[in-house]
Amino acid sequence: MSELTLFLIKAGYLAILWIFVLSAISVIRSDMFGARVPEAARTGGGRAPKAPRQPKPGKRRSVPTHALVTEGSNVGERAELGPTPILIGRGSDAAIRLDDDYVSTRHARIAASGDQWFVEDLGSTNGTYVGTVRISQPTTIGLGTQVRVGKTIIELRK
Amino acid sequence: MAQPSTIMGFVHRRRRGAELFLLILALAVGIGAYAAVGLGVDGEVPADLFGYGAWLAALLVAAHLVIRFAAPYADPVLLPVVAALNGLGLAVIHRIDLAKEAAGSPHAFAQQQLIWMTVGVALFVITLLAVRDHRVLQRFTYTSGLAAIVLLLLPLLPGIGRTIYGARIWIHVGPFSFQPGEVAKVLLVIAIAGYLVPHRDALALAGRRVLFVDLPRGRDLGPILVMWLISLGILVFQRDLGSSLLFFGLFLIMLYVATERPGWLVVGALLFVGGAFLAYFLFGHVRERFDIWLHPFDFYESGESFQPIEARFGLGWGGLVGRGFGNGDPNRVPFAESDFIISSIGEELGLTAVMAVLMMYGLIVERALRTAVICRDAFGKLVATGLGSAIALQVFVVVGGVTGLIPLTGLTTPFLSYGGSSLIANWVIIALLLRISDQARRPAPTISDDTTAISDDATQIVKIGERR
Repeated sequence: MSELTLFLIKAGYLAILWIFVLSAISVIRSDMFGARVPEAARTGGGRAPKAPRQPKPGKRRSVPTHALVTEGSNVGERAELGPTPILIGRGSDAAIRLDDDYVSTRHARIAASGDQWFVEDLGSTNGTYVGTVRISQPTTIGLGTQVRVGKTIIELRK
Repeated sequence: MAQPSTIMGFVHRRRRGAELFLLILALAVGIGAYAAVGLGVDGEVPADLFGYGAWLAALLVAAHLVIRFAAPYADPVLLPVVAALNGLGLAVIHRIDLAKEAAGSPHAFAQQQLIWMTVGVALFVITLLAVRDHRVLQRFTYTSGLAAIVLLLLPLLPGIGRTIYGARIWIHVGPFSFQPGEVAKVLLVIAIAGYLVPHRDALALAGRRVLFVDLPRGRDLGPILVMWLISLGILVFQRDLGSSLLFFGLFLIMLYVATERPGWLVVGALLFVGGAFLAYFLFGHVRERFDIWLHPFDFYESGESFQPIEARFGLGWGGLVGRGFGNGDPNRVPFAESDFIISSIGEELGLTAVMAVLMMYGLIVERALRTAVICRDAFGKLVATGLGSAIALQVFVVVGGVTGLIPLTGLTTPFLSYGGSSLIANWVIIALLLRISDQARRPAPTISDDTTAISDDATQIVKIGERR
């Protein structure tokens, strides 16, 4: 095999190697130059093209103002929503203090991010449920979403 | 794509298509290297190229499909980079096999390595399927710490332990040999991360301040310190310098990341300098390595520095673009297929390829740290950081040793070197990183029930959100 062929094979292989490395870098270039956030996500809504989204803000002019216990031993207990997260649990430092044997001392918390509210389990024994789903990470909740801790159900209300 | 907005207002794309594209390129890197070796050494395309390529492709496509199924949001770059490194490693090991065959001592390291790679990919798949949520691993904090120590102790048992080339780090059971330290590395990362997550506040805040450094209370640091010192002690006793260095650096990095106290780096550097001095005066083999590093040619005649010097000759001879597969003489370096594989690459493919390889390692580490940055839970962050730094440290120690930047300590080059235990452990590391990145990039589930206010289109989105 001639020198030239061998050189071409070598050069070709080095080219393949670097094409691979550079393609891999180009796949993750958003790490360096930032990702394009879709218009919908930036405004805080779903993805939704303009037209069907338009009526939404009008219809659900629904900014929750407080969290209310709707079921369980402490029905009626409430906490105003504010910039600080609301702690739910049996402990004395909880904003919503529950006398529920199935609730942990520091069970869950409700906090705001932007114009969204989310609930986060704080490593409770019996878990926090949104609807019927046990949550494992911060989950967004809306007005009237039933958050169940122990035997208690908490909702966001206007 | 329907994407419910998350708390951060930004949703990562799945990018499985990009992964497949990169995987095809990675296959070109692996199979191309194999073909180039055949062309360069024998002057013809190897006869089993099709079978070899099909096997490699089947393994990687299987891994890709499992990711699609089990971790759809996982990082798209990790698997292809690992596949390219593994493929390149296989080809270079095959090249050294051919050289050994020509020299009259045939070996089938490449074939063996392909079997190990198959086992590695199988474990990768099992890890991805079994660990559906990395936070489960936090339950096994102390179990994995204990398991790591037991694994490290195994080579010291008289029946199964073997001393090979001065280091007692191997176990032999029947026809199989294994280096348990490689697996212990993964377990120790899990143990340290699992311990530090609940204790990091106490470690960072409670304690006394001594010389600009906040020393934590003994009861906070004690358990993990004991665990770490035991494993470090075992490694020093086994004369495994590379792994001791790796474990030392790993612990420091994780402690620094968990507590956010730069003082730990100062303490660590001082401890390292002190320990190095002590080792230099206490252990003959450490002193020898050090002297060889400083004055390599003084030991060339006696043969003690034959290996590193030949490796450097090879790197120098390779130059910028290398000799080409088949035109170099990588077989001159003892253990060119394991510890010194980077010098074989430098000799036959040159600095250009060595830089590409280092870039690939850089990519793996960058993806691991990136995963740590976007991960939502502290345990995942620490495990990703730990696994990423383990690979970074290992590459630094071994490539630095081969190129003469630091004294030579034996460690395998991840994914490239011949060695089953290392390959398997590293595939599991990648599986864990993919699992964490899948969790981190997955959009948070949204559950909303004011359906009346939402149009049909939006309802569709909610359904997808629930199913995830």
